[in-house]
Amino acid sequence: MAEIKNYTMNFGPQHPAAHGVLRLILELDGEVVEHADPHVGLLHRATEKLAESKPYNQSIGYMDRLDYVSMMCNEHAYVRAIEQLLNIEVPIRAQYIRTMFDEITRIRNHLMWIGTHGLDLGAMALFLYAFREREHCMDMYEAVSGARMHATYYRPGGVYRDLPDQMPQYAESKWTKGKDLAYVNEWREGSLLDFIEAFANDFPKKVDEYRTLLQDNRIWKQRTVGIGVVSPEQAKAWGFSGPMLRGSGVAWDLRKKQTYAAYDKVDFDIPVGVNGDCYDRYLVRMEEMNQSARIVRQCVEWLKNNPGPVMVDEYKVAPPSREMMKEDMESMIHHFKLFTEGYTVPAGEVYAAVEAPKGEFGVFLISDDSNKPFRLKLRAPGFAHLSAMNDMVKGHMLADVVAVIGTMDIVFGEIDR
Amino acid sequence: MSTHKFQLSKELAEHFSDGLVQINESEHGVTCTIPVESWTEVAKLLRDEEAFAFEQCMDLCGVDYLTYGESEWQTDDVTSTGFSRGVQGKGPGRFSWSERRSEAMENRFAVVAQLLSVKHNRRLTIKCFAPDEGMLMVPSLIEVWPGVNWFEREAFDLYGIIFKGHPDLRRILTDYGFIGHPFRKDFPLIGNVEVIYDEDQGRVVYQPVSIEPRVLVPKTIRRDSRYAENMNDQEAS
Repeated sequence: MAEIKNYTMNFGPQHPAAHGVLRLILELDGEVVEHADPHVGLLHRATEKLAESKPYNQSIGYMDRLDYVSMMCNEHAYVRAIEQLLNIEVPIRAQYIRTMFDEITRIRNHLMWIGTHGLDLGAMALFLYAFREREHCMDMYEAVSGARMHATYYRPGGVYRDLPDQMPQYAESKWTKGKDLAYVNEWREGSLLDFIEAFANDFPKKVDEYRTLLQDNRIWKQRTVGIGVVSPEQAKAWGFSGPMLRGSGVAWDLRKKQTYAAYDKVDFDIPVGVNGDCYDRYLVRMEEMNQSARIVRQCVEWLKNNPGPVMVDEYKVAPPSREMMKEDMESMIHHFKLFTEGYTVPAGEVYAAVEAPKGEFGVFLISDDSNKPFRLKLRAPGFAHLSAMNDMVKGHMLADVVAVIGTMDIVFGEIDR
Repeated sequence: MSTHKFQLSKELAEHFSDGLVQINESEHGVTCTIPVESWTEVAKLLRDEEAFAFEQCMDLCGVDYLTYGESEWQTDDVTSTGFSRGVQGKGPGRFSWSERRSEAMENRFAVVAQLLSVKHNRRLTIKCFAPDEGMLMVPSLIEVWPGVNWFEREAFDLYGIIFKGHPDLRRILTDYGFIGHPFRKDFPLIGNVEVIYDEDQGRVVYQPVSIEPRVLVPKTIRRDSRYAENMNDQEAS
């Protein structure tokens, strides 16, 4: 009889289902995975070290590039850490704007996740539908910050500027005209808030559309039910957070438990899974999208009725207004110093975490009274999730590795940092 | 939340009355500084004791305290001609590999872990300083929280801290065959080597970096009225 040996296979780093640059060394017995060794770091940019050589505000843009599909949530964790050390209170309107954009970001992230996860497991059409809605979220980012992805919108002390009164509209072109033009501009007649409201009202219907494609789909269930089961004890021991933890039945969400921004002023529910498999995590994330739309609607209503400042009235961190700079020499100097040297932050150590779409995104910041962070540690949720890869796929088939990668919602920007 | 912290630090103080574990409470949270000999023992206790129940370790990282509190631009002594114009410090972005500083410093490296109790909804930061006797050695927490596996690998990779008892202590973020520990403060920001494609050899090769170290903004320390409390602390110590 021929001797049968295990063989080792290289999965990635250039594999479409590797979600970027994951290199997996798989030891296979036939088609069953015996051992999986993820090699990460192919996208390592040393963000934390770079931040040590720059004034605080100049690193906000780097935060966008960590988890590059949920940009504003990363910024939120970073600015919260600085705000805690500076001991400043953010104006309530800025808190609501942050809450709203965190949830828009969550929708964006989950749309990306459902699109690619579906694509990996053979549901081609869903990707196109998910990206149709994601485009609207990109437009919201663009309207408020000028950038479709890397917004750099949050600032210690508030947000960069207030929401615009006019939502940009499509201009007539050779391809978009007449009825088509009216269709794409349908929601864009009013302000940005009107656009967001129209989107949030419409979005639950879209989630139902995605569900008709997947929820009872036989192939989808065969690929996800009972795959990558994680018990609540394991999930806690491995440092899981976010939907990975809630999918296993642990009711833990920082938005509720250690509340921040305006989350204590809005109503929403936390979906929790039962079995801890890929299908439950899918259900959790789908419901999270609905809950996010619900939070966005409440924020829109509040923001429409409550104008006010969006930046703290503290000249140590906030720049002077444009008008003041034009006529006041001191304001000019103030602006110059703030944007070159920056501001100093009192010495101390702080750990600030937010509930990012993928889980707990934490920032551990050490300041030594200077204008640059002494040490910045970014706690990426995906890093902890991916480290449990070997335990999650052991004994599964090769094709299930792809399902597990998808369910972890992996993005290498944050894992490699 | 503040009452939570007060209670936690009180409970900790009751538990660790021998004075070896140092408890610091600030408005940002509670930090325990633990001697390296009892690092795993205390961690196990914090996990298993019902009153603490820190069942999750969310984060673990290394810290290098070299250059802590050193500014690069003196702004505290003003003369009749104004501030000094020169930048004198050696922050990580300001030197190349050959100019890196070499000096011994007590309590230079620390390991910091962020614990979370889902049960009590509390957080705790634990910290220990790695003894520097030629080799930085800290016991691994992998027996207590299996999730720290990669975090310890990362701290080893970036800081060169060796975790005793870790089953698989390999580099994780840097390149295969990388030399040095890049997040140490005496490692230059521009690095040591760069990668290029060599036409003649037909493959990718390493060569010394060709860029110059450069940082546009000096690190400055300004202690104004907001820091009055800090300044008193430092003068006292």
